[in-house]
Amino acid sequence: MSITNIMIPDISKIRKDFPILGQKVNGKPLIYFDNAATSQRPIQVIDRVNEFSLRINGNIHRATHFFANKTTEAYENARETLRSYLNAEETAEIIFTHGTTESINLVAHSFGDAFVTVGDEVIVTAMEHHANIVPWQMMCQRRGATLKVLPFGDDGLLQHELLDQLITEKTRLIAVTQVSNVLGTVNPIAEIITKAHSKNIPVLIDGAQGAPHFKIDVQALDCDFYAFSGHKMYGPTGIGVLYGKRKWLDRIPPFFGGGEMIDKVTFTQTTYNEIPYKFEAGTPHYVGAIGLATAIDYLNNLDNILISRYEHDLLMEATTRLKQIEGLRIYGEAPEKVGVISFNIKGIHPFDLGTLLDQMGIAVRSGRLCADPVMDHYGVENMVRASFAFYNTVEEIDAFYRALIRLKAMF
Amino acid sequence: MTIDEIQQQIIEDFSGFEDWMDKYGLLIELGNELQPIDPKYKVESNLIRGCQSRVWLHQEFRDGIITFEAESDALIVKGLVALLLKIYSDRTPHEILTSEPRFIDEIGLRQHLSPTRSNGLLAMVKQMKLYALAYEKIAQKNN
Repeated sequence: MSITNIMIPDISKIRKDFPILGQKVNGKPLIYFDNAATSQRPIQVIDRVNEFSLRINGNIHRATHFFANKTTEAYENARETLRSYLNAEETAEIIFTHGTTESINLVAHSFGDAFVTVGDEVIVTAMEHHANIVPWQMMCQRRGATLKVLPFGDDGLLQHELLDQLITEKTRLIAVTQVSNVLGTVNPIAEIITKAHSKNIPVLIDGAQGAPHFKIDVQALDCDFYAFSGHKMYGPTGIGVLYGKRKWLDRIPPFFGGGEMIDKVTFTQTTYNEIPYKFEAGTPHYVGAIGLATAIDYLNNLDNILISRYEHDLLMEATTRLKQIEGLRIYGEAPEKVGVISFNIKGIHPFDLGTLLDQMGIAVRSGRLCADPVMDHYGVENMVRASFAFYNTVEEIDAFYRALIRLKAMF
Repeated sequence: MTIDEIQQQIIEDFSGFEDWMDKYGLLIELGNELQPIDPKYKVESNLIRGCQSRVWLHQEFRDGIITFEAESDALIVKGLVALLLKIYSDRTPHEILTSEPRFIDEIGLRQHLSPTRSNGLLAMVKQMKLYALAYEKIAQKNN
């Protein structure tokens, strides 16, 4: 595909919103291809977050003074922004957490306490991030339950036809990622949810890698829980969301105990607050929530269709170029894939490649990508991962390709 | 030569390079030249696991001298391992315990020893020092 065929939204204008992209790293213009780890933040988010440090700061829901009121209002408005973005039925179903990891741990812990007993089963897939494996493993150990695993093939596609064989009358929950952080595969979550619901099994979707690329309608999708992080979708770090259907959130116990999550405390008994507050013990990261809502506003102002087509074009361009490199293997080539390319070049250790690319101002991820089972599937210790966002360009992909060719000659 | 003299020599070897590619080129060359560790020592108990690369470290203590053998699966790390062996292998526990690998900082590769880089190198230095400490204690007891 040539550059001219690519439909280009006004990327140079978008890039101006992300001041960090103009930096030089090791004397070279930064090429940031580690967006699946964390994305950069637009100036609108940065300004909004700064505003709360410079001019308005008061703890939410706790006082009657001006700052407390302002902050409370902004925090609850942020919840409404998130509700509207996800098309949740009500704001009470939006819980602010520290990120996807906390969101999943919350469900694993609280759902586990309420609904999982000895001999029960939970199903995950073999392409999950550790954050969607370990909390379930811990819960299963605690409750005497079994964790079952839906496999994927070398092409990076889930073998979801095997799900029927895994589901039994003891299956209590299915947890699956919308998009693999290693393979980029977009999983058929709607089908999985339909299948699970036909057997009355709730489904948690790990949206950490999905939310940055797709606008979600939780009601249309009918997922029971949806977890994601702000910092992977142009928002601040340390803030995430757990969407949960009221019918579950009302029935599962709190995860953390503390202030705000209570109704009445005595030394003999404590009654809990309503959702969502029941799950937001302590002072929440309200500045993060407000920053995330600003990131959502930013995304809402972009042309969704144009952006996702552009991201797809970037992926196609990068895939085509990388495949021209002899000895380069791409892991995962699902037809439905987001802008994530994990690969290895024969004879070059991913750490070496990552180190040398850094010298050229190119930021990629190298390592085990928090997905040991995926590494084991392909029989490798590590991979290099390049992941794209809408502010990346074809010129950057070309520079990346040329850098790889140059580095390959060093070995 | 003392540890410090060797470190000085390494710093001089690297000081001539203007271009990062030459610097890393030399590390890769050193990595390629490093004598592979005896396969019988490339075992789990000698493995220092980083998130991004692995280092194997084996040691022997004879006549008051510690000899190290080490290897990494990543070539740049292997080059740095070769340099660390140059300064720390065939030394007394006292020499090892009283010398810091300052050359890494001075040749502009400090980032590889930061705890966040998790390539196994920092853990390797710590491990060598722990061996030195243990052997020093044993030697003191025997005296």
